[in-house]
Amino acid sequence: MTTLQVLETVQETPPPTPRRVPRRIRVLTVDDWLSLVGAVISSLAVVTIGYEHILDGSGVLGFMVCWYFTFLAIYASLVALTNPRQIVVERLVTSTLYLAATVVILALGSTVVYTFAKGWHALVHVNFYTHDMSGVSPTAPLTQGGILHALVGSVIEVGLAVAISVPLGIGTAVYMTEVGGRGSQLVRTVVEAMTALPEILAGLFVYVVLIVGFGLPKSGLAASVAMAVTMVPIIARAGEVALRVVPSGLREASAALGANHWKTVSRVVLPSARSGLATGTILAVARGIGETAIVLICSAASSFLTFNPTNVPMNSLPLYIYTAYSSHEPTAITRAFGAASVLLTMVLLLFVVIRLLVRDKGQQR
Amino acid sequence: MTTTFPEVAPTAKRTPRTLNPGLEPSDRLFHGGATMVGMFVLIMTGSIGLFLGYQSIPTLRHYGLSFFTQTSWQPELDKIGIAAVLVGTVEVALVAMVVAFPFALMMALFITDYAPRQIKSWLVSAVDLMAAVPSIIYGLWGFYLLQPHAINLARWLSQHFGWFPLFHVDTDPNAAVWQQSRYTSSAFIAGLAVSMMAIPLACAVMRAVFDQAPLGEREAAMALGGTRFGVARTVVFPFAKGGIIGGTMLALGRALGETAAVLIIVSPDFAIKARILEAGSQTTSQLIAGNFGDATKSQLSALLTAGFVLFLITLLVNSVAAVVIRRSRSGAGTEI
Amino acid sequence: MGNDAKVAVLPRNAAALEAVEVSAWFGGTQVLDDVSLSVPPATVTALIGPSGCGKSTFLRILNRMHESVPGAQLAGEVRLDGSDIYTAGYRPTDVRKQIGMVFQKPNPFPTMSIADNVAAGLALTNTKIGRQDRNYLIEACLTRAGLWNEVKDRMNRPGSALSGGQQQRLCIARALAVEPKVLLMDEPCSALDPTSTHRIEETIAELRTQITIVIVTHNMQQAARVSQQAAFFLAELGSPGGIVERGPTDQMFNNPSDPRTDDYVNGRFG
Repeated sequence: MTTLQVLETVQETPPPTPRRVPRRIRVLTVDDWLSLVGAVISSLAVVTIGYEHILDGSGVLGFMVCWYFTFLAIYASLVALTNPRQIVVERLVTSTLYLAATVVILALGSTVVYTFAKGWHALVHVNFYTHDMSGVSPTAPLTQGGILHALVGSVIEVGLAVAISVPLGIGTAVYMTEVGGRGSQLVRTVVEAMTALPEILAGLFVYVVLIVGFGLPKSGLAASVAMAVTMVPIIARAGEVALRVVPSGLREASAALGANHWKTVSRVVLPSARSGLATGTILAVARGIGETAIVLICSAASSFLTFNPTNVPMNSLPLYIYTAYSSHEPTAITRAFGAASVLLTMVLLLFVVIRLLVRDKGQQR
Repeated sequence: MTTTFPEVAPTAKRTPRTLNPGLEPSDRLFHGGATMVGMFVLIMTGSIGLFLGYQSIPTLRHYGLSFFTQTSWQPELDKIGIAAVLVGTVEVALVAMVVAFPFALMMALFITDYAPRQIKSWLVSAVDLMAAVPSIIYGLWGFYLLQPHAINLARWLSQHFGWFPLFHVDTDPNAAVWQQSRYTSSAFIAGLAVSMMAIPLACAVMRAVFDQAPLGEREAAMALGGTRFGVARTVVFPFAKGGIIGGTMLALGRALGETAAVLIIVSPDFAIKARILEAGSQTTSQLIAGNFGDATKSQLSALLTAGFVLFLITLLVNSVAAVVIRRSRSGAGTEI
Repeated sequence: MGNDAKVAVLPRNAAALEAVEVSAWFGGTQVLDDVSLSVPPATVTALIGPSGCGKSTFLRILNRMHESVPGAQLAGEVRLDGSDIYTAGYRPTDVRKQIGMVFQKPNPFPTMSIADNVAAGLALTNTKIGRQDRNYLIEACLTRAGLWNEVKDRMNRPGSALSGGQQQRLCIARALAVEPKVLLMDEPCSALDPTSTHRIEETIAELRTQITIVIVTHNMQQAARVSQQAAFFLAELGSPGGIVERGPTDQMFNNPSDPRTDDYVNGRFG
């Protein structure tokens, strides 16, 4: 039978840490941080000196790449001085991952910042938001003309597309999850396949069938129909997922209370899936709002403001951006960036709405 | 007082009763309505595919296999083919994926295992935002901001790796004043811009599967003394193989169909170009966008055929991706 | 018992473990309060008590797994042979190489063969080992875990193609391959059938002289069978958990000092 052995501490123990107070656990020492900073600075110095001479200045990108590899080499040797191989690998991987994430975020950030910066000169003019480009040549100064027609066009076209695609998309999602059956499997396969349809083909299809085939005029409505073709599969798929995730316990509770299927779906299931459905819709809208080729093909780059979607060509923001860019005139390009800024703002707003909705759903639980 | 139940016919005991409540009228209406919507969508979307296929028949009958081997698009000479266009489309998409794959993988691993808790949700939002930015904006960014820097990189590549046919450019990279215009508007630069759209898509799928790597195995690897990368190597990557491949292929599908960014960056050049760093390329979407306006009925049909081929390729890539994801260990719960 | 010659080759490196005034939090909620425990080398210590009183949390503090949970904090020290493992600059990965853990649910790596599973710890820690030594080590660890005879003919099959009890013994072999000084076991038999449980208890008894073991168990009879000393954890409603009584197992079960211990070991609650 063993007895409790009393431990004798032979060596000096450090002063006891305070009781009942959480302690800060530091894994990295001062030495680790110094190695990192030292490697960064020394590699920068090495590359700065060597770059001009050895690699005859191939631009900023090349400099960054050389800096990265030099940093890896120096940092690896520093860390290897006091740490086993496993830790050296870990440190290199960690620094590379941080760098990769930074690069991606910088790329995104530079896109946003650059768009707003280049468009700034156009954005500060009020006429940019209130006039259209009718009678204004691309070389005209920024105090003339504006993107109102494109803005209105985008809103109307996407609005019509939403009006068409949301009922169809959600209806299909309801069909797939609630009614089910063999037909629904076929529908699911086809819908999934249609998400692969490039947007330009949707536009071309509408062009060939409605405009050339039926002789309908190029219009905002035609563009909306083509947009709806690309949006319906997105909404249907996201909607199906959102509906499927609704716990079956809710459906059973509703049935146990005596509700028929329709009441269950309309009063219980759809409201529960509300935010998932909204997210799917907004994702589809973000896609539709950015579609350039469809409006190019089914409508046209008109300069006139119009509220009539049915028989007059209607411009949109992406198409306006493209045509303004194509002229290669400096003021037109500034306007293009201005329009791009407006487009970007709209997408950002949609995005914020999605985030709010999703957080809402999280809190509901 | 005992309750007596009515006698049940002897043969009816222990055999299941048939129950057929049927649907009540309002439900019958509901099911019928939902089915009609489903069928309508099925017919509409299916007929698009069928229509495209149907339109391709006269074109293919007229041109035969030369449609796939002819590089130029000159309808007035009755010489049209999608060889150059297909090669260009694939080149741009491949450049995009070569750049996008490592960044998406690293970003996904960073978000799931390395990012400090506070910034994790911001990073996820940033990646999703990246996916929502319209492609024309990336086109502008690529053309005006990225291109001046990227051509330096292209020149460096052609300087040191020009012996490899892919990287060769038809001009002297070592000249003191080198011809910048030979490096602009290339498949390479378009690929870089398209990668901005491929990265978030691949990253989202990879992140979803990394998150699902079983905690028990992760803890076992940690308890054995593994570092974060050790855990990733031993547990996460083997588990997430299917998601990694599937996510990459989905992003490839998107890259193949990309239009607006390519329209802005690339200058048309109808030749099968293996030299991705050199100016000029051509993709299917560009072809359609550039030619639909003046096209006659038969030319429209040819354009539709070109588009149909693109659609089939994208569909194939997406389907393979879906199968790979679904079959893999990580696929069970992933929604793509 | 396996091949004695091979088993004897492995050094005895059992270490003493001491927890000093350990408290733990998850976010703002305190789950352990001022827990101190001395674990002598080459012994088996059982942590017993009803669910939810912090036994597993305490165990995970012993090998620095606790801090991997977001929001987790701790106070106090854990001394391995006298040195606090939470000292700044000590890497958790190094600590875990010396203090191994076996989990409640067996978790062999499914994409690796049985042999590779056992050696996984070496691969994870970039430990170089010759092919011959590696095979030697794998066989020795599987023998110590009592699994060698059952798998020696299928070493290249995947690690998941085994029964639950065999998988758990594989996990034990895998933990032993890193040659830790202490082995922590978090209810290793709770998911297993009685035969496997018995086999694993035999393994624990065989390992005891070479390695220090701390085992969390719900099963009091198991605690009585395998351990030399025991600690009884309890958390009253709403307060953080702590040790009510500790001492030699025999004494804890037959002659406990605290009435709550008496109630628990006699099955009056928990």
